[in-house]
Amino acid sequence: MSDISDGPVSAGELVLSLRGISKNFGAVSALTDIDLDVHAGEVVALVGDNGAGKSTLVKILAGVHQPSSGTIDFRGKQVTMPDPSAALTLGIATVFQDLALCENLDVVANIFLGKELNPLRLDEVAMEIRAWTLLNELSARIPSVREAVASLSGGQRQTVAIARSLLLDPKVILLDEPTAALGVAQTAEVLNLIDRVRERGLGVLMISHNMEDVRAVADRIVVLRLGRNNGVFEPDASNQELVSAITGAANNAVSRRAERRKAAQAQSQEQRP
Amino acid sequence: MSSEPKQDTSASTALDRSDVRVKHQAGVGGAISAFFDRVRSGDLGSLPVIVGLVIIWSVFTALNPVFVSSSNLVNLLFDCSTVGVIALGIVCVLMVGEIDLSVGSISGFASAMVGTLWVNQGWPVALAIVAALAVGGFIGALYALLFNRLGMPSFVSTLAGLLAVLGLQLYILGSTGSINLPYGSNLVNFGQLLVMPDWLSYALAAVPGIVMLITGLRTVSRRRAVNLSAPSVGGLIVRVAALTILLELIVGYLNQARGIPWMFGLFVGLVVAMNYALTRTQWGRSMTAVGGNREAARRAGIKVRSIYLSAFVMCSMFAALGGVLSAARLASASQQAGTGDVNLNAIAAAVIGGTSLFGGRGSAYSALLGIIVIQSIASGLTLLDLSSSLRYMITGAVLAIAVIVDSLARRSRVSHGRA
Repeated sequence: MSDISDGPVSAGELVLSLRGISKNFGAVSALTDIDLDVHAGEVVALVGDNGAGKSTLVKILAGVHQPSSGTIDFRGKQVTMPDPSAALTLGIATVFQDLALCENLDVVANIFLGKELNPLRLDEVAMEIRAWTLLNELSARIPSVREAVASLSGGQRQTVAIARSLLLDPKVILLDEPTAALGVAQTAEVLNLIDRVRERGLGVLMISHNMEDVRAVADRIVVLRLGRNNGVFEPDASNQELVSAITGAANNAVSRRAERRKAAQAQSQEQRP
Repeated sequence: MSSEPKQDTSASTALDRSDVRVKHQAGVGGAISAFFDRVRSGDLGSLPVIVGLVIIWSVFTALNPVFVSSSNLVNLLFDCSTVGVIALGIVCVLMVGEIDLSVGSISGFASAMVGTLWVNQGWPVALAIVAALAVGGFIGALYALLFNRLGMPSFVSTLAGLLAVLGLQLYILGSTGSINLPYGSNLVNFGQLLVMPDWLSYALAAVPGIVMLITGLRTVSRRRAVNLSAPSVGGLIVRVAALTILLELIVGYLNQARGIPWMFGLFVGLVVAMNYALTRTQWGRSMTAVGGNREAARRAGIKVRSIYLSAFVMCSMFAALGGVLSAARLASASQQAGTGDVNLNAIAAAVIGGTSLFGGRGSAYSALLGIIVIQSIASGLTLLDLSSSLRYMITGAVLAIAVIVDSLARRSRVSHGRA
């Protein structure tokens, strides 16, 4: 195992590769034959309608669920992740949509949860310093790292969760709806952060419903529909292409609306001398 | 990120004080107003138990002045130690949000084992105690197995265990029903007579203050060195002085009678060790996390099953140790050991002391404070010559009040944005 996680990732290396991943919950197939690649220094956006299987896929990669079939290759070697700590050890860090923070612990304790410095005599000062460094790198607006997480707002919690995922210098980071709970400025900060994480040579897999955010940072856009792959797009793909891949029809409410607007625009341009 | 880190370049602003929106209290006045803020928002800490203790002691002293006599208080400390050790185990399981209802039975079974192995079978006493602790640990491991693998709620598995272990206790005691431990043996002396020499008790009473001062000063200098805000040295010295004077006065008063029991010393030592483990080690942090949000702890890579295992095993082992101590205290291992109110007293002590039934909040000191409350009530009612029927009713009412305070404080904490 050590030969996998050791050593720096070379630029453009294929770090994470899924082949034929399926996941069944009883009679329901949440995922069927999913293929997905994430390279180092690349932001892959995973989009899809509600129930398309995005969160299930992320949970499989985080070791929370195990796939019913299919293989996961991490840096060229086939791996299994029986539990979340296995994924963390490999270098796959995850920020879950529900953030998974312990409300009764303070910010420092949450950031270092499970990876405390000096297990037999916790080094609170060193942990607090590192926590502030991480949070400041994110330009985070956290009033105090010694307050319980229960007293933080949704955006602040998101920041804590992202800071926590960066603690272990992961190779791949999974973000499940990272900007959903954030304000305008914080969304921009998180997108900046994603850019910087990419520059550091990490692979980023990001789930988002927000097409604007996706287009702003993604290098590739992978569309899931009803638990299956439904196309890979460049960020300059048109909204209509994306939406039709997501909803599964060229003729849908979103595209009709877009066409109407386009037609209206064309008309107004024609009318202009 | 393009923006500069908010780390202030001016040396006057500490790294953690750069956000102007947070109120930071300074000095003694600040500490006092911060305390009232905390209490108002439902973060009560040990306050209810101290208030309760003052009320209980005032009432009993008014009814019978013997209550606060030093000899009665020394007896109180002897009695505290046995159930207190069991309550310490309850703190462990409550921290992870579970419960063990069979601690009474386990303590009775452990005392029966020591009686049988030591007195009847002629084992060395130390070996008999180790065997009892090991069996206690095994029972805890069994609960953890049922909980982790079969998803059996600890409430049910330990309720089943309560009966099963009681059955084991009756079985190994056989038809005689009770075994007397020899008077004059070390174990019985430890449980009934042995007290610390005066000089040692005075010296030990000074230790907490000294440790607090040294660690406090070290923390202050380390935090200042890395540009973090540090608590004021003056406040630290005031607290250390107050604590030391209080402890020395208590010890001085108790030394007018027999002195501090060694058994109580053992109990306090265990409490301090457990407090360190819960607050200053990774294991303790994991226990709190599992009790607060099990799924979050699992996703953070904590081995949640091992944490539950450690909590159940420690609880049962503490229960077994408490059983051995109570056998020493009573100089007998009988069918009655561990039955009756032992179970609920231990749980009540932990809850009254401030460990939440809902998991994720608590401290080892709650076992110490809580058991002093419970034993004070028991001792006071005994002095008043009240029947056990009234004693049960009053203890039950106190437990109910403690749980109500816990629930109300929890609700208030949620609405004030505290965990």
